[in-house]
Amino acid sequence: MFEAVLLTVITAATPLLIAAIGELVVERSGVLNLGVEGMMIMGAVVGFAVANQTGSGTLGVIAAIAAGMAMSALFGFLVLVLVTNQVATGLALTILGVGFSGLIGEAFIGIPGLRLPDLYIPVLSEIPFFGPVFFQQDALVYISFALVIAVAYFLFRTRLGLVLRSVGDNHGSAHALGYSVIRIRYAAVLFGGACAGLAGAYMSLAYTPQWVENMTAGRGWIALALVVFSSWLPLRVVIGAYLFGAVSVLNLHAQAVELDIPSQLLSSLPYLATILVLVLISANRRLTLVNTPACLGKPFVPDR
Amino acid sequence: MGDGVAETVTTTGDAGAGRQGRSGKDTLLDARGLTKRFGDILANDRVDLVINRGEIHALLGENGAGKSTLVKMFYGSLEPDGGEILWQGNRVDIGNPAAARDLGIGMVFQHFSLFEALSVVENIALALPNPGRMSELSNRIQTVSRDYGLPLNPEDIVADLPVGIRQRIEIVRCLLQEPQLIIMDEPTSVLTPQEADLLFLTLERLAKEGCAVLYISHRLEEVKRICHHATILRHGQVVRECDPTKETPASLASMMVGADVASVSASAQKPVIGEPRLALKNLSAKAATPFATALNNVSLDLRAGEVVAIAGVAGNGQGELFDAISGEMPVAADMVVLDGKPCGNRNITWRRRQNAAFVPEERLGHGAVPGMKLSQNIVLTRHSTGDKLVSAAFVSTANAGKMEQRIKKIYDVRMSHDDPEARSLSGGNLQKFVVGRELDRKPGVLIVNQPTWGVDAGAAALIRQALIDLARSGSAVLVISQDLDEIFEIADRIAVISRGYLSAAEPTDDMNRERVGLLMAGGAEAQGEVA
Amino acid sequence: MRVELVKRKEHSRKMALLSPLIAVGLTAIAAGIIFSISGHNPLSGLYKFFIEPLTQEWSFNATIAKATPLILIACGLSVCYLSNNWNIGAEGQFIVGALFGSALPILMPDFENAATLPLMMVFGVIGGALWALIPAVLKTRFNTNEILTSLMLVYVASLLLDYLVRGPWRDPGGYNFPESAMFSDAATLSTIPGTSLSFAAPITVTVAIVLAVILGKTLKGFEIRVMGESPRAGSFAGFSAKKLTLFSFATAGGLAGLAGTMEVSGALNQLLPTISPGYGFTAIIVAFLGRLNPFGIIVAGFVLALSYIGGEAVQSAMGVSNKIASVIQGLLLFFVLACDTLILYRIRFVGRRGSAGEASHV
Repeated sequence: MFEAVLLTVITAATPLLIAAIGELVVERSGVLNLGVEGMMIMGAVVGFAVANQTGSGTLGVIAAIAAGMAMSALFGFLVLVLVTNQVATGLALTILGVGFSGLIGEAFIGIPGLRLPDLYIPVLSEIPFFGPVFFQQDALVYISFALVIAVAYFLFRTRLGLVLRSVGDNHGSAHALGYSVIRIRYAAVLFGGACAGLAGAYMSLAYTPQWVENMTAGRGWIALALVVFSSWLPLRVVIGAYLFGAVSVLNLHAQAVELDIPSQLLSSLPYLATILVLVLISANRRLTLVNTPACLGKPFVPDR
Repeated sequence: MGDGVAETVTTTGDAGAGRQGRSGKDTLLDARGLTKRFGDILANDRVDLVINRGEIHALLGENGAGKSTLVKMFYGSLEPDGGEILWQGNRVDIGNPAAARDLGIGMVFQHFSLFEALSVVENIALALPNPGRMSELSNRIQTVSRDYGLPLNPEDIVADLPVGIRQRIEIVRCLLQEPQLIIMDEPTSVLTPQEADLLFLTLERLAKEGCAVLYISHRLEEVKRICHHATILRHGQVVRECDPTKETPASLASMMVGADVASVSASAQKPVIGEPRLALKNLSAKAATPFATALNNVSLDLRAGEVVAIAGVAGNGQGELFDAISGEMPVAADMVVLDGKPCGNRNITWRRRQNAAFVPEERLGHGAVPGMKLSQNIVLTRHSTGDKLVSAAFVSTANAGKMEQRIKKIYDVRMSHDDPEARSLSGGNLQKFVVGRELDRKPGVLIVNQPTWGVDAGAAALIRQALIDLARSGSAVLVISQDLDEIFEIADRIAVISRGYLSAAEPTDDMNRERVGLLMAGGAEAQGEVA
Repeated sequence: MRVELVKRKEHSRKMALLSPLIAVGLTAIAAGIIFSISGHNPLSGLYKFFIEPLTQEWSFNATIAKATPLILIACGLSVCYLSNNWNIGAEGQFIVGALFGSALPILMPDFENAATLPLMMVFGVIGGALWALIPAVLKTRFNTNEILTSLMLVYVASLLLDYLVRGPWRDPGGYNFPESAMFSDAATLSTIPGTSLSFAAPITVTVAIVLAVILGKTLKGFEIRVMGESPRAGSFAGFSAKKLTLFSFATAGGLAGLAGTMEVSGALNQLLPTISPGYGFTAIIVAFLGRLNPFGIIVAGFVLALSYIGGEAVQSAMGVSNKIASVIQGLLLFFVLACDTLILYRIRFVGRRGSAGEASHV
């Protein structure tokens, strides 16, 4: 029983983790992309469609990443080149993504999908309890952890990571030192798009292998909240994602034990939990101010 | 533009001859005819400049004369539209700051190019092409910084460091690149006089070692003291070159401005001191954010008829003090007393109705809304002061317009068309507007933070005179300023703020620069703690 | 080639008027491309989508019916966005407003008199405002990001509605369908005599005019604009950012709640599990397309309402999915935001050259 619960927690947490770690890099560079939900849902529908048409889960995943990146490129052009308001543009991206995914996905409603195969890690997967839980997962679960470690290493151990953080801290200074603020931010935004697309693919190819309209159901927004929760530190995103994963599967398991609680209340728990967490984190003003990238959401126009 | 071109040749002919004469085998950088245009504005118009090895070369000019534009082209942050740069005799294209650093050109920025959230060593690594391992770099930083008498701890986070240390980081960052030319933009504007002396020692040592320094400053005393040669820019053109040691500050000033600068005098008319108008009593406030300064037991009496100045290096609590006096940051009622009424917990509108007026440091975005017209910006501070701008919740555009016309005329605010948006005005004109908007009310108490910061000499003189005139007409004026020249020019009494502590205000005649400097460097703090 | 922005010295008035028009034009071109990609004649697609609904009386009336809630919500949102408060939860405020408004006819079906409808509307306003005040209070009290909290509350509101119509508020005589009982006549917003338009339309236009006067002529309107452009200057002027946050959210929520109540009372006549085709989100587009100006919003509300009706039209006439409507809406917002850049900047296209200050050693 506990093993089964843990397994569902992992599947619920993985898309949040992937999307949030991508957005964390974006925000570290000083850009606020509120369009995670839109990029994610596009990743979900494109990943499903391509996997369905080609029969290849791998191609589906690649296509989903490409879709997320294409969306983020559009966002990047507006906020970085045309210096549009980042909040409004992120919203636009979500509205567009939800609309487009509905249009593309109409042909795929009700069609059984393809599920990414589980990868059994030799030897480790044989360990009782830990084996099935941690080492018999699909590839994206492993990738999500690899991403977190890679991002943490990149941000705090590499020169390019230092440059990216410097751009998020003070774009004027970074520009004065000769770094291309816009190019670095574009790269970060594209990475965020790729992650959101991948998270979407996880939704439609692993979490529930089918296409349902609006199937991301606000997970992109929760991923945004997770970045705040993590204080922009990669390892804390893991904690946040798994906490939220646990909250969001309560519904599933409460039905199994026949608790007399309206299912709608249980369904709304992840959203209420998000609000609660945001309140707890932001009430500590000092903590949030110190960690927030100082240029987050601010427009940058280089003088020439 | 054609006519202007012909004119330039005649005026710069003499300077051109100077350049020819100075260029030689020791020449490090030789700029010829550098031109840079921003939209309709010609920021640099065929500028010639020669810098020799081991020379401390002053670049002088008013705000907007084109100094920053010129050095940005040397540092590769801006691309010239015309002309050429010769580096050690070879024509070079400095495409970006990295290329400049490769050549051996380093720069210390006026508003530092530092990253507050990062450590000292990370900040320095960002400016080096091959920083190597962080631990080794830390060691190099410690060695070099100690060697030059500018000690640094590589692990410190910049946000926690005072301004003087931050400048050290910039300088050490430059030194680690082993530059042949260091460009310094207004380096002493953030230093106490004692810290500035230390900086001059470093510069002199660098010059002896053969490094050239291009020194931008508007403090003519220090230019005269340490610089070997000076180039003067006006409206983007080189108007003169000279040996500053043979000039006086007054002669340098008139070269910059192109006319004699009107001098302001506080002492011409002795103040008639009246009743206390504003009293601060043990004013204390915690730092609101990690980047703010706490105020500690600040006490001050401000009387009718006098100008009191608060000196201090930027970031020592001036902004917080201003906000507490204006009411933007509420404190305990007794801490701020206006005309006998405790009002520390009252809002800014209440204090304005008590006939107090305020001019903040930041003109755009605090004193004025950038995208709003001047007439609307008048409503900003005067909507509730009985000026007939608002009746029954409706704003009177007509009355605001009339007021704008009046202020524009009296305070000589120049604009390209009537009632423009605030952000289209130059710094000096906007400052005249923001100060004029408050003076127009004949306030009983006026608090001004950095009244002439970044303002050209003409406008600065006008504003300073207006402040003195207001005091002499029976109002109390409090000026918060970083500019010691200005303070000694207009103040009747001087207090010094340091890390949120304020020294006792003493008559200007009893003060001198050295004493103010010591108070700025922490003396005020010691005094405050004893009190 | 590279795009460069050159900052204008002042806002361009001309561009402020032109940019929404350019955006609509670009959206039409993009929509045409989508039509031709899906194998249809782009011109007839555009005609059916944007023009034909205006030529027939029933579809014209349907457009007005759809435009009404959009305009009302967008008017409220404009107060938020002008003052830099990012309320994106109008959809939830619409729903909760509808719930509060419906409480009277559902819980007290016998309370039938002239006061019924006005009371419902007041309840609707209160409900929407209360729901909107949650993120506002969290923002002013705990500094919580209002974008995320207001959005999260949309999901909670939808689930609350779902719970009520499937549970306690389900019509006892309704064969177990998830819907409430039909409202009585006293609780129904009637149509303007001689037309098939509901009274919601004139109420909305009145609200827009009042709001336009407040924003344009009063000190409150001045305060809202100052706070949006420069909060520091606003506090220097003596305005309280926190009070304004509460005010703007309450206004937006109240108007969304009113729209929700008028929708269930006028158009639906009962509560259903879904009562809005995303009005709260589409209204965000309306607000921006209308340049946060109530009169602009009235026009923009029509354009966006047209996209709903046009979506249905192309689906029935050409077999194109009506989902194309939301794609066009999304594109429209993108183009609006992109074109708004022209108000503050001139755009310059520069050929490749030694890139100054941009190249780097990264």
